[in-house]
Amino acid sequence: MNVELRGITKRFGSFTAVNNVNLQIRAGEVLGLLGENGAGKSTLMNVLCGLYAATEGEILIDGKPVSFAGPGEAIRAGIGMVHQHFMLIPVFTVAENVVLGVEPTGRLDHLDLVKARAQVREINDAYGLEVDPDALIETLPVGVQQRVEIIKVLFRSADLVIFDEPTAVLTPQEVVEFFAIVRSLRDSGKAIVFITHKLGEIREISDHIAVLRRGEIVGHADRPDALSEADLAELMVGRPVSFDVKRNPNPPGEPLLEVADLMVLNNNDDVVVDDISLMVRSGEIVGIAGVQGNGQSALVEALTGLTRVAGGTVTFKGKDITRASARERHHMGFAHIPEDRQRTGLIPAFTIAENMVLDSYYDDRFSKGPTMRWDVVNKAAANAVVDFDVRATSVFDAVSTLSGGNQQKVIVAREMSRDTEFLIASQPTRGLDVGSIEYIHSRIAQARDEGDGVLIVSSELDEILALSDRILVMFKGRIVAEFEGVTADKAAIGLAMAGRYEGATA
Amino acid sequence: MSETKKPTNGFSEALLRRAAPDRAAWEDLVIVPLFAVVVALLLGAAAMLATDVDLATIGRSYVALVSGSVGSVNAISETLTSAIPLTLAGLGIALGFRAGLFNIGAEGQILIGGMAAVVTGFSFPGLPMIVHVPLVLIVGALAGGLYAAIAGWLRAATGAHEVISTIMLNLISYRLVDYMLRLDFIQREGRSDPISKSVLENAELPRLLTWLDPNLRLHAGVFLMIGAVIFIHWLLFKTRMGFEFRASGENPEAARYAGMRAGLVIVLAMGLAGALAGLAGANQVSGVLGRASPGFSAGIGFDAIAVALLGRSHPWGVLLAGLLFGALEAGGRQMQVDAGVSIDLIGIIQALIIVFIAAPLLVRALFPWGFSKAKTSAKE
Repeated sequence: MNVELRGITKRFGSFTAVNNVNLQIRAGEVLGLLGENGAGKSTLMNVLCGLYAATEGEILIDGKPVSFAGPGEAIRAGIGMVHQHFMLIPVFTVAENVVLGVEPTGRLDHLDLVKARAQVREINDAYGLEVDPDALIETLPVGVQQRVEIIKVLFRSADLVIFDEPTAVLTPQEVVEFFAIVRSLRDSGKAIVFITHKLGEIREISDHIAVLRRGEIVGHADRPDALSEADLAELMVGRPVSFDVKRNPNPPGEPLLEVADLMVLNNNDDVVVDDISLMVRSGEIVGIAGVQGNGQSALVEALTGLTRVAGGTVTFKGKDITRASARERHHMGFAHIPEDRQRTGLIPAFTIAENMVLDSYYDDRFSKGPTMRWDVVNKAAANAVVDFDVRATSVFDAVSTLSGGNQQKVIVAREMSRDTEFLIASQPTRGLDVGSIEYIHSRIAQARDEGDGVLIVSSELDEILALSDRILVMFKGRIVAEFEGVTADKAAIGLAMAGRYEGATA
Repeated sequence: MSETKKPTNGFSEALLRRAAPDRAAWEDLVIVPLFAVVVALLLGAAAMLATDVDLATIGRSYVALVSGSVGSVNAISETLTSAIPLTLAGLGIALGFRAGLFNIGAEGQILIGGMAAVVTGFSFPGLPMIVHVPLVLIVGALAGGLYAAIAGWLRAATGAHEVISTIMLNLISYRLVDYMLRLDFIQREGRSDPISKSVLENAELPRLLTWLDPNLRLHAGVFLMIGAVIFIHWLLFKTRMGFEFRASGENPEAARYAGMRAGLVIVLAMGLAGALAGLAGANQVSGVLGRASPGFSAGIGFDAIAVALLGRSHPWGVLLAGLLFGALEAGGRQMQVDAGVSIDLIGIIQALIIVFIAAPLLVRALFPWGFSKAKTSAKE
């Protein structure tokens, strides 16, 4: 199936999300669609799969113009999308999830699961997906769940498969396996759209590349190697980008944070942090790599005083702080950039100014007796907005009106615009545009250069590699490997993230 | 890291300028409640039509509703008198909403606060008014606050949801009041029915308009109401505690991450909400009823939930909503007298207002021309 987008424009009110986009998607080829968050990639694809109606322009399938009144019609026309966030029911089996909504039924609406299983197996065999139709979704690793989403799309006989940021949740090994699947889909004649903001991946998998910026196609390549990563980055961002974080040659100083035999349980009393020992020195960035859900969140909560520790000790500058509260640690100079800015980092309905003092509002600077000194708060917030390059029109804007990058900068400003000694940053740049990533990385490196100890937790291996002086890999609640930042071997870290590293363990 | 990286004061004054509320906010705050009231009145008329009331009577009842609520000094006095406990308890509910708590227990808190106030009100003969009235109010507020704090503590310590526990505490309070009203030192001498001794004259909130007409019931509680509105506004928006309340209400996880103590916030917010409801109860026994009898709270605690919702949990909005509900109540009584329409109609109208407030989309659908086009705020 060949699909052509001709002059597609999508406006929301006065805001033009997609402007006059022309794209050719051909059978048996992978189109890589590159762009930052907010560039209009998802809007464009939502137009293609019938979620939005285009304001202008037309979609042609095999030369014939079509219009979709809803996603159902797009699916019937053979367009399928694998979303970034999986839409699976955890307590159902693979087969049940695949047939959901289009169930094969027998007499009296009897659900024919035998047929469903057989159909899933058929798709399995055709594309080498290797998914057990009877497995419960909740028991499957993320990479396999993604394959279930792919089976769902194929089951609805899609000829065009759109992948929205498919590699964000995968380990490096899973990415390799995923690419193999994409190639087998392509070779069987499907048209593929691969949406991403990762430069390396797009060059590896795509047959064509289109770069989207501010809703417009700003670059196009018919061969993946026609443009270098630097070219792509420049096209995507609109200016030259440097990915190298400036490293300070200073050797790290005294041990700052020492963790010994730390155990943390979750609400069900399962061990989520299993006997972890680590140490962060002043002037050093330690990165914790690992696929999400391997205990990193619990580790961070334990280190920041937000969850109870079941065993072991945490020492800060020689003082036992295992049981210190979050606020006590804040006073000791802890800064914490939480992993989920919307849920735990910010109060989206509050103003920028209010969010800037979320953890220091009780400070004498910002309050007098029972009352808040809002004038002081607002001025301090205005300063921080300027110092940390938050793009906002007023400190009274609700944080929810800001872009993700600017929201994250509000957190960074709040946590780092005071004297800190130790920074814990969890997924500090998840979902951000390149410009914001660059900026936040430089701020983190600056903190290190000024003598802070820094602990970065990220599932983006590139981020860990770019920043860390030392890298620890977490798998199933344990630290399974340690690497020196400069000499780290990406493949070895990837293996460790998947729990298959045989080298020296930490 | 140190703070002196860039010279400060580098920001422009524009950053400190507030944007005017946009049309959506205006619609949400003003137009939706307004339409809700209008639609509720229209549907109330429809309900009357459906029960075979003729048009002339419907007309007369709405005229009576207006004249009975704002048509005379007496009407205004009645409206204000009814609005006082509704606003006080409504403020408490609103405070709970702001802190993320759904306090269904105002009714029970009014009863407990009112009982404590009655006992205080008849137990200290000889106290001067200037001491006795505040004492009655403070004891009422304290009792209501402590009673509500039980639900807060249960939530903070055990996770028991406050909706359930406040409902249960309401039920307990009904029977507790029945029991207390038969205790020797509370029950009025010579009476076999459960009714309390009367509040001493020096413990009564002074009436304000008796110089105009001795029958006007408006009492000094009206100042209490205004004072409470100002106080809660100050508390919510100008103080540290209010900031903690609002943060915990908007996003409890982020508040926890910021080091706020969730349990303390819950107990304090519930306690304060209960204190306001208790104050409403004290206000009723000391300003209007003069004594306590079974069920003297008369559903005010539940109407207050409606008041808080209609007032969008904003102190001034709660005041306006309290006045509206007070007017409906006062006007409803007049309606019953003049047109013979049951006061239950007022209950229907109040309920309809709440339905429309709770379903703003419904109001938007009914009155599409009153609103700007539904925004598809979907960006990437």
